[in-house]
Amino acid sequence: MAMTSNKLGQGISGAWAPVRKATSDVSSRWRNAPKWARIAGYLLLVVLAVLLPSQTVGNIMAPQSDWRTVLFYPIGSYILLALGLNVVVGLAGMLDLGYVAFFAIGGYAMAVLGVNYHWSFWEILPAGVAIAALSGVILGAPTLRLRGDYLAIVTLGFGEIIQRVANNLTVTGGPTGISGIPHPPSIGHFSFLTYGVLDPTPYYYLELLMIILVIFVSYRLENSRIGRGWVAIREDEDAAELMGVPTFAFKVWAFAIGASVGGLSGVVYAAKVIAITPENYPLLLSVLILVCVVLGGSGNRIGVILGAFLVAWLPERFRGLANYRILIFGAALVIMMIFRPGGILPAGRRRSELLEGRGGGQHLGGEFDLGQPGAEPEV
Amino acid sequence: MLLEISELSVFYGKIQALDGVSLDVEEGEIACLIGANGAGKSTTLKTISGLRKVAHGAVRFKGADITHVPGHRRVTMGICQAPEGRGIFPGMTVMDNLGMGAYTRKKRDAERVTGDYERVFSLFPRLKERRKQIAGTMSGGEQQMLAIGRALMSDPDLLLLDEPSMGLAPMLVTQIFEIIKEINGQGTTILLVEQNAIQALSVSRRAYVLESGHITRRALAADLLDDDSIRAAYLGG
Repeated sequence: MAMTSNKLGQGISGAWAPVRKATSDVSSRWRNAPKWARIAGYLLLVVLAVLLPSQTVGNIMAPQSDWRTVLFYPIGSYILLALGLNVVVGLAGMLDLGYVAFFAIGGYAMAVLGVNYHWSFWEILPAGVAIAALSGVILGAPTLRLRGDYLAIVTLGFGEIIQRVANNLTVTGGPTGISGIPHPPSIGHFSFLTYGVLDPTPYYYLELLMIILVIFVSYRLENSRIGRGWVAIREDEDAAELMGVPTFAFKVWAFAIGASVGGLSGVVYAAKVIAITPENYPLLLSVLILVCVVLGGSGNRIGVILGAFLVAWLPERFRGLANYRILIFGAALVIMMIFRPGGILPAGRRRSELLEGRGGGQHLGGEFDLGQPGAEPEV
Repeated sequence: MLLEISELSVFYGKIQALDGVSLDVEEGEIACLIGANGAGKSTTLKTISGLRKVAHGAVRFKGADITHVPGHRRVTMGICQAPEGRGIFPGMTVMDNLGMGAYTRKKRDAERVTGDYERVFSLFPRLKERRKQIAGTMSGGEQQMLAIGRALMSDPDLLLLDEPSMGLAPMLVTQIFEIIKEINGQGTTILLVEQNAIQALSVSRRAYVLESGHITRRALAADLLDDDSIRAAYLGG
């Protein structure tokens, strides 16, 4: 049965060949374009993103909900989170099923420091990012010796633990959470920099700024020495160590960087919503962010952004279909994965890893090294 | 002595893979480790490279105790391994794979690194032809050449080769062993692990026989080639 459906998938996906060729043509043309053309392309995208919160666009994109609110959360937040998780999953090739934990840590950092200690947003932002990064290291250091599915299970547990802890501590307000979280201070008298209760647009612009920052940083990282090390780790961890890549340290780095982006989006989110409770951070959110990454094309930033946009936007767009929209959404994901296993825009390298039957499987827990039960033997 | 291993024991969980293995490699020679499947040959190499933890015993390289030095630091000390089978980076091009071999080389070494690319390409002209090809799409023999070439890019003093002939056509096997001799002739010390005992013994100076985690014989390779019991066990009569 599995065989036949696989063949079916391949047969029908043959009909997709022209589409696939078109996207790969576009992406190779993009890569070979002169620098000024690419910069112009990026600027155009930024201008589009700035114009996005207009009512005209909203009428088309989300007729049944408030487009500007949707733009901040889920769309902007998912994009930010997916970009962070992409460092862990897409670049370093580790499966993290508890990513929501770092979003929660950033959120509670904003809430606790803002409400109890009266710090301002701009003071909390670096603190929240640092706390999230630190918790990434604390989680990563003992667990990153695990591989594949074992790591996935531990991270899954971590996500649950953070939610339970938030539910049971006094300082986090238990199940009722924390309310009265301060907004960022307004800058000047511009309406798009006035952080109030009613207009979500300024928060969207704040988020957009963070997204651009994270894109830039992760681009620089990917093309650095550590980025090359991550690719090697993703493709074959033992071989990477044999070539002199400090695999353990680089995995912890990937985890810490991913965690800090999660924390960053958590701070920004909490600064807008006034109140947070543990229910804002369910397991489902970890899963959805992973879906964004895998659906969009693990390792390909543009793909990941597109994936996050679709995952966040589609259910809002089809709000009119009530609960059927989730069913349709699920079916769409399954169909996508049959026809484009590398994602909407697969990373060039990832494509050949999938052909080889490696890489794609490894970080999704497909690695079974007989004679080595998951972990380094503790002797 | 370039490499000295004494009384090495390694476990996988509760299963003992190596039990008191002692061997050494002299500067400039080719030494080989032969034995049946599952005897612990690959484990020995992985332990020398730092991929496996040592329970008892010690590994010394150039006189320094490296038993607990992490694997990636051993590369800068001068140990590099070409792993078994398809241990290359399948999604990278041939050039990127070779570049990963030079991962630990410093910027000021750039000129010598360029020279090492030339060295690898003259040893394996095939890799030069295919330098832009994605490594995972090459044949088994080409991948094996790439694994060896990539290890050479770290400019190692000691090259560890894990089953370089595995899965190769007979003609390629002969060719690979010729190249191994040539690499050694250029001054790189080699420790070779092989199931193909005849070929391994004929290029090596000294040999060790490993049986279920123990070294059972140590001798000059030429003597083992003439030894009846070894012929019966490993050379097919």
